[in-house]
Amino acid sequence: MGRERAPEAALGRLGRWSLTSVAVAGFVFLFIPIAGIIAFSFNDPAGKFNIVWSGFTLDNWRDPFKPGPLTDAMFLSLRVAAIASAVATILGSLIAIALVRYRFRGGTLINLMLVLPLTTPEIVMGSSLATLFFDVGVDKSIQTVIIAHVLFCTSFVALTVKARIRGFDWSLEDAAMDLGAPPWRTFSRITLPLITPGILAAALLSFALSIDDFIITLFNAGPTDETFPLRIYSASKVELPAQIDVLAAIILLASVAILLVGTMFRRRQT
Amino acid sequence: MAGEEDQTRRSGGAVPYALLSPGMLWLILFFLVPLGTLFKTSLSTKPSRFIPELSFSWRIANYTDALDKYSEQFIRSFVYAGAATLLCIAIGYPVAYVIATRGGRFKNVLLGLVVVPFFTSFLIRTLAWQNVLSDNGPAVGLLDHLHLMGLLDALGVAVDGRLLATHAAVIGGLTYNFLPFMILPIYVSLEKIDLRLTEAAKDLYNNGWQAFRRVVLPLSMPGVFAGSLLTFIPAAGDFINAQFLGSPRNSMIGSVVQNRFLEQGDTPTAAALSFILMAIITAGTLIYAKVLGTDDLI
Repeated sequence: MGRERAPEAALGRLGRWSLTSVAVAGFVFLFIPIAGIIAFSFNDPAGKFNIVWSGFTLDNWRDPFKPGPLTDAMFLSLRVAAIASAVATILGSLIAIALVRYRFRGGTLINLMLVLPLTTPEIVMGSSLATLFFDVGVDKSIQTVIIAHVLFCTSFVALTVKARIRGFDWSLEDAAMDLGAPPWRTFSRITLPLITPGILAAALLSFALSIDDFIITLFNAGPTDETFPLRIYSASKVELPAQIDVLAAIILLASVAILLVGTMFRRRQT
Repeated sequence: MAGEEDQTRRSGGAVPYALLSPGMLWLILFFLVPLGTLFKTSLSTKPSRFIPELSFSWRIANYTDALDKYSEQFIRSFVYAGAATLLCIAIGYPVAYVIATRGGRFKNVLLGLVVVPFFTSFLIRTLAWQNVLSDNGPAVGLLDHLHLMGLLDALGVAVDGRLLATHAAVIGGLTYNFLPFMILPIYVSLEKIDLRLTEAAKDLYNNGWQAFRRVVLPLSMPGVFAGSLLTFIPAAGDFINAQFLGSPRNSMIGSVVQNRFLEQGDTPTAAALSFILMAIITAGTLIYAKVLGTDDLI
């Protein structure tokens, strides 16, 4: 009895029953399109649009990365996400460390600056950045896309890392120093292991945000820079090959694998 | 809390500023400064469609013209985003509650299940919904089979036997795409609630619903607040759901900004519309924070 969580105990039987049914329905809702994507990755479409079921085939899975604009776009997105999340992870983590570890003037202002990009619609961020590039005469290119991605990822990284490393026992650092460890050793043996999980989580999050960004990218990409979402958008008007569903399913499987490995890793640590 | 934190923080002279400056510089240069150029653009005139150059002229009429012409899309955006936010609370709160209170050792797995669908691309997810809801698709087929389409027609969810290209489809798509942003913050706030408080509440009110309403619900409000912002704001600026799941009659303000800016080259109008959107959302956020009494959240 005592093991029951209290908020749960607060509701009667009828309340609990209806809550559970809504929650189950919620989970079903979350997976409806995913089921559609996986099913249609095995479809043998009759025309250019893979939207009507016309027969089972494994052909789409035979060569998911076949040369073509969609595969190129996917690799471009992976490159952009790798660069943008690496830069944003460094910039954001430094901000988080400064906020958590040091006392200084202007902390409130810094926090506000971090939250603002998250409460600004993407369409505003994308269009405003495009007006800046136009105003100073910078042509839109893959560099401007990376600049934009670093921007929104930095806020996410800083806030995520800050939330993760707040409340750590930093006196361990002092203890190491008192025991005669030089500063770099204190950093590599104490500080780094403490903050690494938070930073890794933030890096993964910003990678995911970057690879899936559509609106901000649409406003700041040059005419030939087609990231994966941009390619899907422009292609969706003329064709919807089954390859899209195959790639989506692969991304899904890869992310689930990363998630599982991450969970196992964390379990082993504790 | 703040005092506790201060003890572990030290004054480092110039060190914190050195750590902050690269990231903050990026945010200032590519977030704040662009808002300035956006404002400047919104007050400029474009001499000709065929020349990209703008001339700054304090043309406030850009704003009044934009509001006159596109008030319909503005209102639609806010109504759709508001409806999607309410639906996200209605679905997301029970999901978060069940995970937090009954998850047991499966908590992390269940949270993982909430996030997993969102690892596929936003556009592909929305295209998949288009697929599911299409006229020859599985949803219409199943509902026809169950003789429920008539009922949905009567409720206004379906129109003339169609699910796609309706208000409901766009709102549903927005709800779907931003649902995890509601579930996760509510889950976090429910997780933080002290066990003893709810037990005390149950003894005090001797009524599960009262205990929930007076104790659990108020304590989870910060999560609902954060979730609502994270849902409403991107939903109001979105145009993909309206484009893929709606018809031109369902277009939102994001479509107009995108069309004016990228296709018509009418940057001053697009800039004015962006600025109005941001102003309304900022004002709305502040009022919402006041009403819910969660000022310290932002």
